[in-house]
Amino acid sequence: MKKVNVTTNRWRTVDVVVAAVIAVTFGVIFWAWGLLWSVASPVFAFFPPAQAIMYGVWLIPAVLGGLVIRRPGAALFCEMVAATVSTLLGSEWGSITLLQGLAQGIGAELAFAAFRYRSFRLPTALLAGALTGLSAALFDFFVWNGEYALGSYRIPYALLTIASATAIAGFGAESLTRALARTGVLALFPAGRERTTI
Amino acid sequence: MIDLEPVTRPDAPLARRNPVAKLAAALLCSVILIATLDPVAPAIAIAFELALLPLFGIRLRVLARRAMPLLVGAVGVLVTLVLFAADRSGRILIEAGPFLVTSGVLITALGLVLRMFAVALPGLIVVATTDPTDLADALVQNARLSARFAYGALAAFRLVPLLAQEWQMISMARRARGIDAGRDPLARLRLFGSTAFTLLVGAIRRGTRLAVAMDARGFDATTPRSMARRQHFGHADGLLIAGAAVLAGAALAVSVAVGTFRPLIG
Amino acid sequence: MSAVRLRDFGWRHAGRKRWAVRGLDLRIEHGERVLLLGASGAGKSTLLAALAGLLPEDSGEQEGTVEVDGRDPRRAREEVGLLFQDPETQLVMARCGDDVAFGPENRGLPAEQIWPRVDEALRRVGFRYGRDRPTAALSGGEQQRLAFAGVLALRPRLLLLDEPTANLDPAGAALIRDAVAAALDADTTLLLVEHRLAEALPLVDRVVVLAPGGGVQADGTPQAVFAAHGEALAAEGVWVPGHPVPARPAATTAGETLLTADELALPPRLASVSLTVRAGEALAVHGPNGAGKSTLALLLGGLLAPAAGRVTATAELAGGDARVPPHRWRAPALVGRIGTVFQDPEHQFVTAAVADELALGPRRTGRTEAQVRATVDTLLDRLRLTALAEANPYTLSGGEARRLSVATALATAPRLLVCDEPTFGQDRRTWQELVELFAELRDNGHGLVTVTHDPEFIAALADRRVRLDQPRSVP
Repeated sequence: MKKVNVTTNRWRTVDVVVAAVIAVTFGVIFWAWGLLWSVASPVFAFFPPAQAIMYGVWLIPAVLGGLVIRRPGAALFCEMVAATVSTLLGSEWGSITLLQGLAQGIGAELAFAAFRYRSFRLPTALLAGALTGLSAALFDFFVWNGEYALGSYRIPYALLTIASATAIAGFGAESLTRALARTGVLALFPAGRERTTI
Repeated sequence: MIDLEPVTRPDAPLARRNPVAKLAAALLCSVILIATLDPVAPAIAIAFELALLPLFGIRLRVLARRAMPLLVGAVGVLVTLVLFAADRSGRILIEAGPFLVTSGVLITALGLVLRMFAVALPGLIVVATTDPTDLADALVQNARLSARFAYGALAAFRLVPLLAQEWQMISMARRARGIDAGRDPLARLRLFGSTAFTLLVGAIRRGTRLAVAMDARGFDATTPRSMARRQHFGHADGLLIAGAAVLAGAALAVSVAVGTFRPLIG
Repeated sequence: MSAVRLRDFGWRHAGRKRWAVRGLDLRIEHGERVLLLGASGAGKSTLLAALAGLLPEDSGEQEGTVEVDGRDPRRAREEVGLLFQDPETQLVMARCGDDVAFGPENRGLPAEQIWPRVDEALRRVGFRYGRDRPTAALSGGEQQRLAFAGVLALRPRLLLLDEPTANLDPAGAALIRDAVAAALDADTTLLLVEHRLAEALPLVDRVVVLAPGGGVQADGTPQAVFAAHGEALAAEGVWVPGHPVPARPAATTAGETLLTADELALPPRLASVSLTVRAGEALAVHGPNGAGKSTLALLLGGLLAPAAGRVTATAELAGGDARVPPHRWRAPALVGRIGTVFQDPEHQFVTAAVADELALGPRRTGRTEAQVRATVDTLLDRLRLTALAEANPYTLSGGEARRLSVATALATAPRLLVCDEPTFGQDRRTWQELVELFAELRDNGHGLVTVTHDPEFIAALADRRVRLDQPRSVP
């Protein structure tokens, strides 16, 4: 095993562009997801509580960006670009998406900062998923869900959001990073090199 | 298919405003309007927004098409409220098991749906009238954003239509491998995930090459960058931001004055 | 001055055991025009990256020295311009003029000097459109021409071209060669990497061949190098002039009809076309970019529904399903009858190992585990992939990925094979293997439809050709 240490926090061009590309790609994936689910299952589209189960899917870019790029601000940058792309592709919520992206990005960023940008293993990923889920849940709790019943809707929705984010964005992004590393496309990143030399 | 071209007439007076000003105006407008839950303030704001459309050079039909996803959201709000409304005061209209629809529920639903439109429309207008390159230029020149991040993101953004085409190619390639999900939702989910993964691998490969090509043209140079295109932030741009705040504030003030104002928190 | 000096130069990328380049001694004088050759994996691209100063100290390990103009290339960046293969991943901006201005902006050139320079660069490459033209509206060849203008706008004196025409159709490749020929002057040193020599030779006066194990294998004028090493280079996969590839005409006459297309159309991508596909026959579809060749391949492959007209399979191909058009067949039924090979092999990869890729199709069509294993082993062997059975498909080289994508289509033994540009960007060795494989399939009674730009491929294999033209098309 050869360890590659990140000695500098300066972003290389490849860090900036690949972080943005990850975000942009998820913008396209969400677009395709919208096509799929609005046709396949109106239940999802018209019944928001069901959406909370899949909430973590929207939060993958934040955690994945942090795990792949491994630089301070990567999670936040990734989620902000993803939010901008969603806005530009015609998100339901317009410019509020940017604020939502900011909140979610900060959530994931805090987790990586808590480990001082030194650990990018599963526990960090899970915490990043949970915190980005928490910030998303808080945002929705106050901004969008104020008129719904507290006990039967707002609290379960928030808890479901956090659980989904931890599982899908946290665990999911960590497995995705490992799968991407195996394809060789992360060769320029520590996440892709932290393996036996080939 | 995804199309990124702005849909406005470029000579429209407000469409030509600085992109940062338009973005700030939209954000300000949204943040102010999101603060209330009543139907009056958003209704007034929507009226303002639609009245200003000609100044942005957008045809109503174009905006309506872009606002389609909002309708889905509106139905979602209605369904959720019928099932989970906190406040079920007012006259009972329908009562059937867990379904209790009162006049209060409908007024709340009206408020939430109008608020959703009022908050989303400014963003849609900005997107429809702004060229991404101009936005990146203005973010760097007028909002002091780092050029490396702004143009790095812009370069990635240029891949969107390409990736959308690629999504369809990959989907067809899945079928050519003998994979189709039919009606099984789990199989659909797996197929979706596998398509997304292939898209992501190809996109990261592209991004890596793009970054090297950008460096080959000096993007990583430490010398200060110059600007071939200028974005100006003038008085008119300041006025646009102020105007947005005033209009959104006025809508809020009316709702306070007529006593319908219901703050988001508290 | 922009002379190049390499002394015992070597580079190993971080995380790799193998050196990408090693033991390289080379001098290139100012104003020379050099063609750099070598089998794939000889480190040509790494060498160009080193000369362009694009290998940061912390991204690998260096041996020996490399100098451009007596300096470390990382500190002589303004001397060097590098044009890559793929135009899609070189264009940064949405408008043509903005893209050419990107480099001068990075160098901090004052704004009033940028636009004259942009116009000059666009003129030098013979660009036909205005600055405001969207880059997305250009053909591949025009995009590459624009990317070249972006390189020239920096006025490099050492010009590095890394297979600049490999991703282009013949018309696009000609555009680039003309642009390069027009842009060269006595003050510019050229280092060109290219597989297709016949087109590259008029541009150069010296040929350097890198040895696969490291160092220089041959160096001299084109005539001298090819006289001495032509045979060996051709065997290693280089397209050497005067070493033609053998043709493989059909051994038998065409058999039964497998598929017919009647008035097939999908506007705006494809205008109406009618054709028949027969067993034991190789049909080549050619024509200019934008004529809808790839769309036709997808329609014939049962992957896309036509807007007008129809594709009909015969009972010979589809048995009882012949009444249903192929695009309505379930996928497992489809792959047992029609196999499609996409232009980009990676689009077709589904699993994490080469052997699993090959097993996937047979499993989905309900073969027994023993049959699946036999098929996988045969194909691994036939396409020289046995050593890579456990490798992740995305880590394969271009030639390996192409062989795997063809093998996956063959795994379900379809009677008809539809291929979109199967020889695109392949070296001579893989190219010959593909022709050999396709000829064998055809002679065993399979039908073969190939959409291609490659005149050599058509000459070597096609029994019949259909030309698609942009506005209207002929049967």
